[in-house]
Amino acid sequence: MFSLAAIAVFAAMFLVLARLIKGPTLYDRVLAVNAFGTKTVLFIGVVGFLAGRPDFLDIALLYALINFVGTIAVLKFFRYRAIGDVMWTPQKKENNK
Amino acid sequence: MSGWQLFVEILSWVLISAGSFFVLVGAIGVYRFPDFWTRLHAASVSESAGVILMLSGMIIQAGWGLIAVKLLIIGVFLFITGPTSTHAVANAALVSGLRPKNYDDDTSDDPDPA
Repeated sequence: MFSLAAIAVFAAMFLVLARLIKGPTLYDRVLAVNAFGTKTVLFIGVVGFLAGRPDFLDIALLYALINFVGTIAVLKFFRYRAIGDVMWTPQKKENNK
Repeated sequence: MSGWQLFVEILSWVLISAGSFFVLVGAIGVYRFPDFWTRLHAASVSESAGVILMLSGMIIQAGWGLIAVKLLIIGVFLFITGPTSTHAVANAALVSGLRPKNYDDDTSDDPDPA
């Protein structure tokens, strides 16, 4: 049962990776990375059950935390061209597709 | 295996396979949909239904204990950050000028202009 779930999540990760490579716009790629992170959390949980290692769930929780922070950081960088000192950067006219 | 354990096994099996089905369907949607905005729907399918079903299946499989608590914490956290990150991506795309495919701005034929 768990191996079925692991194979399904693994295949889903490949599909999302394909979208990550093909994605025309930047936001397709950010969406794909975010979806990939969520699937990794599930995959770690399932493998933790398969291998009988309950401590994998801490890794899965940490991965979920970092995945969210990473997505927001990437979005903030491409929105303001800077992550740290946002107030200083000149406001660029938003026209990139 | 007593009747109760059998029920727990079958229920967790059904939940996990349903969850993996939704994860797969969501991923197929993310890959095949034509436009960024439609892919958002597909991504949130696997993020909401897939995550909730699989985690609840694993919680039932794990039974009472610390493992179920950790899975619950992961579930609550993903429940909060899933929509938030999807909103952030959609907002960033909208602000940067990305519009759906056949989106027209003219509201001349608006039946009741606000």
